Amino acid sequence: MEQIEFDYPSKRKISRRAHIGVVGSGELEVLLEPGEGERSHVFIRTSVHGFRDTWKAVMDRFFAKYDGVVRIQINDAGGTPGSVMMRLEQAVEVSEQ
Amino acid sequence: MSTFTGVRGTAWFRAFTGKAAPTPGDPKSVLAADAALGTDHARFLCVVPDPHARFPCARRGEVGLEEAYTLAARVREVIELDKNTAKRPIIAIVDLKSQAYGRREETAAIFLAAAAAADAYGSARLAGHPVIALVVGHAISGGFLTHGYQANRILALDDDGVMIHAMHKEAAARITRRSVEELDKLGKTIAPLSYDVKDYAKLGLLHKLLHVENPETPSVNDILTVKNEVIAAIADARSKPVDLRSRRESPGALQTRKATILVRARLEEQWSEA
Amino acid sequence: MITSRDRTNFLNRRSFLELDARGRAAALFDEGTSRELVGPFDRVESPWLAIQDVTPQEDDGCVVMKGKIAGKAAVVVALEGAFQGGSMGEVSGEKMTAALDLACADSEKGILTSAVILLETGGVRLQEANLGLAAVAEIMASILILRKHAPVICVSAGTVGCFGGMALAAGLSSYIVLTREARLGLNGPEVIEQESGIDEWDSGDRALVFAINGGEQRYAMGLADALVEDDTPQIADAVRGFIAKGLPPIHRSSQVELYRRRIGALDTSRQWDPSELRRAWGTNASEEDKR
Repeated sequence: MEQIEFDYPSKRKISRRAHIGVVGSGELEVLLEPGEGERSHVFIRTSVHGFRDTWKAVMDRFFAKYDGVVRIQINDAGGTPGSVMMRLEQAVEVSEQ
Repeated sequence: MSTFTGVRGTAWFRAFTGKAAPTPGDPKSVLAADAALGTDHARFLCVVPDPHARFPCARRGEVGLEEAYTLAARVREVIELDKNTAKRPIIAIVDLKSQAYGRREETAAIFLAAAAAADAYGSARLAGHPVIALVVGHAISGGFLTHGYQANRILALDDDGVMIHAMHKEAAARITRRSVEELDKLGKTIAPLSYDVKDYAKLGLLHKLLHVENPETPSVNDILTVKNEVIAAIADARSKPVDLRSRRESPGALQTRKATILVRARLEEQWSEA
Repeated sequence: MITSRDRTNFLNRRSFLELDARGRAAALFDEGTSRELVGPFDRVESPWLAIQDVTPQEDDGCVVMKGKIAGKAAVVVALEGAFQGGSMGEVSGEKMTAALDLACADSEKGILTSAVILLETGGVRLQEANLGLAAVAEIMASILILRKHAPVICVSAGTVGCFGGMALAAGLSSYIVLTREARLGLNGPEVIEQESGIDEWDSGDRALVFAINGGEQRYAMGLADALVEDDTPQIADAVRGFIAKGLPPIHRSSQVELYRRRIGALDTSRQWDPSELRRAWGTNASEEDKR
């Protein structure tokens, strides 16, 4: 497994956690939980090696729009950037219900 | 290297009972006999090859429809006979190729046949019969689930010809898209994948690994050693609960089934929460 | 001609097949009575997958929920067919075994607790081989104890169906609920073709597996207790019905003499058309089948 981690500065406290997705082939699951302080942390495990830059691009884009303080864990089995963003957005939606 | 030969079952059955025959009227692929064992009178059961079996896909030591229902019948017979008296031990001698793979088998619901045999063995155990599985050769997949895996205690010979696994190596390699060599390598560091019975013994499921001189044609010494171990396993089974908790509470399990233990503890904690 | 089944499927919103394991499990409970145990945030995942470069899932593809069905205590254990084919590993296996044991402990204390097992599975997870196989044996043992007290109901809806060692678990259950899309059998087409040759079973023949292992065939043979549409309320209803019914007078897997006779009566010199077994065995066979 390749492990990839990122940190982003964040401000808004959130209260609910969310879980989205099933780790099928070409799929991923996202666990989103309230974080601490003013920093969000992302922890990715993927069976598809060598795409750190792609992951960074997706996460940069996500945190450019999203201001919650979160801990995000992703278990990935080959999701496309599009499906990663979709799952992140679904997780945010659930956490804000 | 472990090719299934299908001779060990008969050899060990004869060693314990002095015979190697089915009950009259039963298919020839299920040996059944009652014989003295220590101070007990035990029932012995074994599935063996029958080249003239009615079902073409069950002639080489596979557990098929007839084998499964015959086992079920012979075990239920014992439950009925001992209903109001001492519960005799039931010894499953295991050396089987696998379950039977065939169209007739699927059409006639082999899944239910296998369940019926497991039901009988498990019900016997729950009724107080000590059920012992003695693996003298191969114990594979659905075949082992049907004949042996519901036992209170599992014993196995410590030998290259003994293999306990979910799938034969070649088939497993094909399905997981690895080479046989890669599977062997993985098995060295990942105990549940190993085809070596010594690694199986690390999982905490086996009561004891038994060393014998000649697993194919057991010597007088071999037979005595194994008999005594089976007798000891029977006594152990009688002194403990009839469920399968020993498989997750053994020293081996404490080492290699930590996740099992954690899951159960977590589930118990959360079960009663408001 | 549009049948009522077409209309139901077209609406899709009520499709059980469209739901993941968590959704399916939740749908079976009385409103507001269920909660998940040892869910993804407990992070009890398989210890064996990541080291083989296989991505784990935090619930290990097994969802355990506890609550009430038809007003009675029940636990639902749902396998996620989309994760590793719903296969049994150490963690998913023990979630099921321990859930059955806890239902049994409650039942023995006077709170009869049924178990509903949603089976979308190919059997043992080969990446965990012997621990997966052992888990299946332990699940079977726990079904045998629980079913003395309260019904164990197996539901397979598809698209994976129920194959491998877990088909034995289904065989031990008190009631089996199947859709037409489900298949229930010990060995799948590929492994039969591999082991016994393409003449025995051509795994490319998709119709064959449904003709032999499909929900409709199993029901017509009397091997399943309900044949339902891919419709969540209908499936929930069927489950409710069996929980309310309680234990059967005798479990199918205990009817040894009946099935020995049936197997003994088969002409093994040839393959059979599956419809022959509907006629010979089926208490649920339609009048048409019986002709």
